[in-house]
Amino acid sequence: METNKILETIHMISDEKLDIRTITMGISLLDCIDSDSDRACERIYQKITTKAANLVKVGEQIEAEYGIPIINKRISVTPIALIAAASSDQNYFKYAQTLDRAAKAVGVNFIGGFSALVQKGYQSGDRRLIASLPQVLAETDLVCSSVNVGSTRSGINMDAVAEMGRIVKAAAERSTTANTKLVVFCNAVEDNPFMAGAFHGVGEGDAVVSVGVSGPGVVKHALEKVKGESLNVVAETIKKTAFKVTRMGQLVGTIASKRLGVPFGIVDLSLAPTPAVGDSVAQILEEIGLAKVGTHGTTAALALLNDAVKKGGIMACSRVGGLSGAFIPVSEDAGMISAVEAGSLNIEKLEAMTAVCSVGLDMIPIPGDTPAETIAAMIADEAAIGMINNKTTAVRVLPVKGKKVGEMVEFGGLMGYAPVMAVNPASSATMINRGGSIPAPIHSFKN
Amino acid sequence: MKAILTTIGKDQVGIIAGVSQFLAKKEINILDVSQTIMDGYFTMMMMVEIQGSQTDFTDLAQKLADLGKTLGVEIKIRREEIYHAMHQL
Repeated sequence: METNKILETIHMISDEKLDIRTITMGISLLDCIDSDSDRACERIYQKITTKAANLVKVGEQIEAEYGIPIINKRISVTPIALIAAASSDQNYFKYAQTLDRAAKAVGVNFIGGFSALVQKGYQSGDRRLIASLPQVLAETDLVCSSVNVGSTRSGINMDAVAEMGRIVKAAAERSTTANTKLVVFCNAVEDNPFMAGAFHGVGEGDAVVSVGVSGPGVVKHALEKVKGESLNVVAETIKKTAFKVTRMGQLVGTIASKRLGVPFGIVDLSLAPTPAVGDSVAQILEEIGLAKVGTHGTTAALALLNDAVKKGGIMACSRVGGLSGAFIPVSEDAGMISAVEAGSLNIEKLEAMTAVCSVGLDMIPIPGDTPAETIAAMIADEAAIGMINNKTTAVRVLPVKGKKVGEMVEFGGLMGYAPVMAVNPASSATMINRGGSIPAPIHSFKN
Repeated sequence: MKAILTTIGKDQVGIIAGVSQFLAKKEINILDVSQTIMDGYFTMMMMVEIQGSQTDFTDLAQKLADLGKTLGVEIKIRREEIYHAMHQL
């Protein structure tokens, strides 16, 4: 091995915050279905605590031996709306409590999959699960939830969109952080290891281990060395860096899978920021040449970044999946927070950015008095972008009770902090209240 | 298992001696060593062979970090696969 290569790796880990963002074990709960909810919950608890018994220990071992930080160990499960539908329970809080208890017992950071897939319609379990959400989000600690309201194949379920607007609002009434654990998707993926949107799809195996890599700091640092060069050089540099970052994910995933005796699922190539200085996607865009993220050119820079990350990462690992792209959460990214404070970044620009990167309007505090229909309309806009562009989009907005535009809100830890952002005051209520669905686009008819 | 031990810090008397004595006591064999001064910093890389699967890696890494503190340098140990994974196909 060459000395400079060894030093490069050490630099990436020690100074540029290269880390494995998450090892996520996906666990199928289909074999836990029972018409007696107590029996189902007992089976769920047993299955999770058996399959994931060593997840945290193995993660810590790998961290120690390979000297690479693994920030989160997580679990995703089959959407609970499918599992709980067999019971006659009207409220699924008990299932959420079981997940919470199991997650705490094995020591993971989060458990995802308190989810429903309603892109084309509701089954009985979906309705009950969605109705339980405000209580579940406010009264459990580690349970993450997602609802898929649209897809390219089936269009957008606007009844669900309207309902999710009301649910987000109701959850915000109960707790400021409740909505940090809820994602409303269009084209949700079944193998996403990142929270809050992770769930274990029904087409997945009984259990798999997937890995999400990170490393915005590494990409920014690499770009600092090519100042003034053409955008082709920028794209090449990002590709090469993404390759190296992803190789870490492949290595960690392979080892974790072997030690846990569970098949290796996918590597998610996402660039996931944290509020820490030097761990920001916004700062990569600024390094490409924007005085402040949010200004004209931001969408183009992000498109280049997102594509180059994928191209570099795909060669580096055996199987790519999940969301794989750049994340642009506001409160979790120091550069985004600063751009909002400077007045350079607004929700409309963020929406445009979501057309070219992974996911969507993420971790955005909005005024507490935002009407439910406006939140639903934001969800509808994002879902439309996802549906038409054949990509995953999502909304995780955070109405904050009693707060006005510009006031700072602290969510704590990796969730970060951000100023409340302005939403368009004109009403969307009449459109949202029409209900029904937006039909699937013409280009979805591929057969 | 093979691991790469890196020692980086301000150059002074006794760094190599301190590290190799520690390894000898732990019966850890040094397979290869390279040492240079980069920007005034003492930089040493050792490839070592750790015998048996019983060695507690966390404990070893901690003891080396402590040794680094007494020698005024930073000592890290990582399994070699991480470096191969990143730079070689």
